[in-house]
Amino acid sequence: MHNELFQSMAQSIIDGDSEESAELARQAIAQGIDPLEAINKGFVVGVNHVGDEFSCGIAFLPELVMAGEAMKTAINVLEPEMTRRGTKRQVFGKVVIATVEGDIHDIGKTLVGTMLSASGFQVVDLGVSVPIGTIVGKAREIDADIVAVSALLTTTMVRQRDVVEALDDMGLRPKVKVMVGGAPVTRQWVEEIGADGYSEDAIGAVNIAKQLVAV
Amino acid sequence: MARRIKSISNPALSLNILDQADVDRIHNATLEIIEKVGVRFPSQKALDIWESHGAQVDRGQSIVKASGELIEEALKHAPPVYTLAARQESQDLPLDGNHVYVGTDGCGVEVLDLQTGGRRRSNLQDVIDIVRIADFLEQISFHWVAVSAQDCPPETRGLYELCAIWENSTKHAQTESIYSVKEARAAVEMAKAIAGGKDELRKRPVLSIMQCTTPPLGQDGGSLEAALIAAEAGLPVGFMTMAACLTTGPATMAGTLAVGNAEVISAIALIQMAFPGAPVFYAAAQTASDLHTGAYTGGGPEDFLFGAATNLLSDFYNLPLSMGSFATGAKQPDWQAGIENSLSTFMASLVMSDMLLGVGLLHGSRIWSYEQMLMDCEIFNIIHKMMGGISVNTETLALEAIEAVGPGGNFLAQKHTRHHMRDLFLPQFMDRRPYNEWEAKRDGAQDWARAKAREILETHQPDPLDPKLSAELKKIIASVEQE
Repeated sequence: MHNELFQSMAQSIIDGDSEESAELARQAIAQGIDPLEAINKGFVVGVNHVGDEFSCGIAFLPELVMAGEAMKTAINVLEPEMTRRGTKRQVFGKVVIATVEGDIHDIGKTLVGTMLSASGFQVVDLGVSVPIGTIVGKAREIDADIVAVSALLTTTMVRQRDVVEALDDMGLRPKVKVMVGGAPVTRQWVEEIGADGYSEDAIGAVNIAKQLVAV
Repeated sequence: MARRIKSISNPALSLNILDQADVDRIHNATLEIIEKVGVRFPSQKALDIWESHGAQVDRGQSIVKASGELIEEALKHAPPVYTLAARQESQDLPLDGNHVYVGTDGCGVEVLDLQTGGRRRSNLQDVIDIVRIADFLEQISFHWVAVSAQDCPPETRGLYELCAIWENSTKHAQTESIYSVKEARAAVEMAKAIAGGKDELRKRPVLSIMQCTTPPLGQDGGSLEAALIAAEAGLPVGFMTMAACLTTGPATMAGTLAVGNAEVISAIALIQMAFPGAPVFYAAAQTASDLHTGAYTGGGPEDFLFGAATNLLSDFYNLPLSMGSFATGAKQPDWQAGIENSLSTFMASLVMSDMLLGVGLLHGSRIWSYEQMLMDCEIFNIIHKMMGGISVNTETLALEAIEAVGPGGNFLAQKHTRHHMRDLFLPQFMDRRPYNEWEAKRDGAQDWARAKAREILETHQPDPLDPKLSAELKKIIASVEQE
């Protein structure tokens, strides 16, 4: 029925055009289309297309990020309508992500957050230099499935262990999984601190996150 | 004993990578960025300095917008020439624009063990071993902290690393691993002890401090305040941008040069406003991120071009440059490492970058390899030889020898040959053996480099640090730990 609109929605994601995807989302609401249908038949088709092209090496990271941003924008527009209808988008899991206290390195953490969000996770990004109490507090508050913590310095990397321990102390593990990342992080470190997973790049992080929530 | 230092000087080769109009455009774009977009300085102390000099300061966002005049005026105070002092005076490094010095890379987190070959987390003993070998190698003029001493407490780790350098080498120490006020204060105290007092340290800075910016257009608060403390004591201070096309910089190289330039010159302007005339240097290791993953690459044609272009910017500001070369993205000392480290170092040397960082690390400065360290030194030897160019004069034209040999025959037994044969390059780690000899042994550069590193470690005795000084350094570290 709305095939042309759905196709435009997919295309707006493929083009990484946030203005267009937001506009199409508004049109969907105006036409009385169920937001979930708009997401699943329209926008998600575009995300999957870019994801496939990325996997084949045809599309590059910026295209993936732009698709993710356009998707996020469209969903933000649709969110109030979903609430009004009492429907909810199926998410793979809830993720709290942050760079540990004392460390202001942002880009890797933000990229992982964007990729997770584009892949169907609900992501709360707490930013950089975040105290451990804030991270684990937010995890409890939103009933998170995954806590992801980034560090670029060997001197701040030790706080990743503190996050694991704090979640242990709160009795939130093993239900809440811990992912760690950052240049100095190695497999050996992950095993030593008892974290559940790590990846050296954002795409790998999405795969790990999916494994951790058993998708 | 203290060994001689091998640097490139009086180059015979040169390269024109940007013309004056290009450099002017990058400079003007940089000033426009600083004035209109601003740079983040997340430090009250830094913001106070900017404000008192008339910059526009947004306290909430910690963003500084400064006029081009303010920046240019501040940069005028930076000394164009000064010397990095060593514990051993013969190893001092004048940063005079006519020397290219190589240092060790930093700061890795893992080591390929010299005995087992296995990969493991780095510790203080690794810092010591690397310093001792670097003390021996004439190609290495100064030390960075090559790997992180992860068995030392995080709050004082940078001080243990520094102590390890001074206890095991007479060469200049440049640390990239001190980025808190507490550690910077202690590092200055340690440097004073080594130099023999406050005024002596100012005259002979045995320590210099390198801080990283946080691209795009940001600084780290701890780094800024540590740098201010170092500058106040007269220690040379540098700021390094690692802006990367695609992620922390625009996809275009000129744009990434401008972003990185804005970070570096704004930080240096801050130091000059606080302490006019303080020795400072420009530092850079720009790269292009990988298109597939966004990861830091540590190699590729963009790196090589950045390596050659950046010295034009630092020359424009009359500042010495510390340039990222070597530091391959390769996982092993392999063909990728050879290509990347040769081309990056050649390009940065062609333009006479003052300091090159650095030898020994793999995988984008994460994994230390002794083999790579030795092979990087060989790369520098090759480039050192090439930078000498071809000398043409009566003696080198060798007409007498040519006449003596005539058509046919050979030059092996000529006196002229005897005089000049040692001008020819002799590699340590290139395989020039007959094929069957190689076939019988199947060994190569990595084996020889490893054996050489072991030999140096077993036999080289660096000039020891006076035990009293050593105790003094340890006391300073202990006092920080007791605070």
